[in-house]
Amino acid sequence: MQNPYLPFPVRIAEIITETEDRNLKTFKFEFINPEDEDKFAYKAGQFGELSVTGQGEIPIGIASSPVEKGFVKFTVNKVGLVTTHLHNMKVGDVMGIRGPLGNSYPWETLEGKNVLIIGGGFAFTTLRSSIIYMLHPDNRPKFKDIHVIYGARSPGMLLYKDELAEWEARDDINVHITVDGTDDPDWKYNVGFVPTITEEKAPPADSDTYAIICGPPIMIKFTQPVLDKLGYLHDNIIMSLENRMKCGIGICGRCNIGKEFVCKDGPVFTLSELTHIPKEY
Amino acid sequence: MTVIKIDKTEFASGLEKLKGSNKLFSPAKKGKDFEFAKLDAGEVPDLEGCRNTGMSPKSLIYPQSETMFEYTTEEADPDANLMKDVEKDYAPRVVVGLRPCDAYSFKLVQRNFESPEYRDPYWADSYEATAFISIACSQPYSTCFCTTAGCGPFHEEGSDIILAEDGDGYIAKAVTEKGEKLLADAGWATTAEGGEDKFASLKKAAEEKVTSSIDISKVRDMAILDLYEADFWEKEAFACINCGTCTFVCPTCWCFDIQDENKGKEGVRMRNWDSCMFPLFTVHGTGHNPRDQKYMRLRQRYMHKLKYYVDKYEDDVLCTGCGRCIRMCPVNIDIRRICDKMNSYVKA
Repeated sequence: MQNPYLPFPVRIAEIITETEDRNLKTFKFEFINPEDEDKFAYKAGQFGELSVTGQGEIPIGIASSPVEKGFVKFTVNKVGLVTTHLHNMKVGDVMGIRGPLGNSYPWETLEGKNVLIIGGGFAFTTLRSSIIYMLHPDNRPKFKDIHVIYGARSPGMLLYKDELAEWEARDDINVHITVDGTDDPDWKYNVGFVPTITEEKAPPADSDTYAIICGPPIMIKFTQPVLDKLGYLHDNIIMSLENRMKCGIGICGRCNIGKEFVCKDGPVFTLSELTHIPKEY
Repeated sequence: MTVIKIDKTEFASGLEKLKGSNKLFSPAKKGKDFEFAKLDAGEVPDLEGCRNTGMSPKSLIYPQSETMFEYTTEEADPDANLMKDVEKDYAPRVVVGLRPCDAYSFKLVQRNFESPEYRDPYWADSYEATAFISIACSQPYSTCFCTTAGCGPFHEEGSDIILAEDGDGYIAKAVTEKGEKLLADAGWATTAEGGEDKFASLKKAAEEKVTSSIDISKVRDMAILDLYEADFWEKEAFACINCGTCTFVCPTCWCFDIQDENKGKEGVRMRNWDSCMFPLFTVHGTGHNPRDQKYMRLRQRYMHKLKYYVDKYEDDVLCTGCGRCIRMCPVNIDIRRICDKMNSYVKA
């Protein structure tokens, strides 16, 4: 059995600065040993441990999609020791990735259903992975209506702007982009917080409609009552959690919420499941 | 399984034979406590003097600090920034003279390090390389509650051979195949068989001496969230100073941290014991800490031992009743009392 602590060696192939505050960068990695790509076969919603040699590891959601081949992508916010070091690295540098880790969004359950994606700020990474996955020609027929509500503080803080514009133009996905505020007179999308836009734009609730929510705690706190009001079932509200992690494989003991490990039993839980679990996240 | 009598001369000579192909470890007096140490040629373990060691034997399998990988960040090196395995010593080892509760603790911990999905190679290889010759307890501490924590003074699971003191020798019972082989390797298997009846009567007498207990019969049926939200945690944690002693002396506390340690451009990725008693254990990069108050950390430890583990594995508690956390706690926090609070809790 493979040593689960040993990262796959990767090379940074591309670095994209995503936001105007330059705090969010997307790193595109290529596996140094091509056979490792198969070992890293993942589903949308899973995460990886990025290993920066000499600095440490960080758990980050996978932003690329299983239908994108030849590379993996992670969008990283500059926060602490490892992420700050990573932000200063350059194309061609060698580091490591462990994974894929955690469960994923429940793709078998979601097939044949309407999917509402609600994202805020930089928590849009695994949601991007999910959208790319669902829009792939092989997969799009498997899902009914797809709605996306995505908000950021300002237009310059939105991730993946080119792709957002591309999805906007398509007729097989309903994209509702919003910002908290802007002084851009040409802004052609919504202005308002995510909960408000959700109330206006979310499709009607029924047992065939699932919501995936990923965002800062404040957004989740105010969006959940809106979904309740709209009649969404708690079994149909899917959330992805974060906690401090080290091993990522349910062994080191720090990310538990009750008897579940966020890293191994999660990070994806339904709101129904979370109702019975201590809120230690 | 084989039960034999060994006199103390044979015991000592057998251990010398085992030293030929194994590293032996046993309790040795260091300062006021006994701690596990390597037995060199000619050294005989002091099994009578030690009621139990201060620290549990967990560090023999799972060192407090352990190197996982080494690396160089020197760009001129063709292997720059790649993690490399380090040489490990998994040659056969025998731990002699640990208590049955401590031998049993490894079985509880094994579920964590060897799950159906992942095998922790450092813990698992080390555990596989080790055999355990435990010595049954005849003088339990007042803080021992093993008989209600899933084991007991003569508990066999986890031991390869269990010894019971009998006059000027030991009754030795081989519990596993590994144990049978050790008996043969030590030359003890040639000794006269017998002693089952005596073993059973010693066991009964020893169990009667363990008078303190825990009871989780009601905890089992309570909802996690009800216990988690119970009103007694802040009061029980009032004296706690979050020193982490309970977690470090505990044979079943397994949490660790992973860190890169650099010296110039050379470095190692290592893991170190960590503790849920420390605020940094759970603090997020943003500064948010889901367990930002000490009572939350105390609650985590006891809920893990007495409820989360029980529910997760549908088994007994993550505790052997060794009583170290009670004896070593500087402010007299007692797991038996907390267990009683949990078991007698009635949701308002």
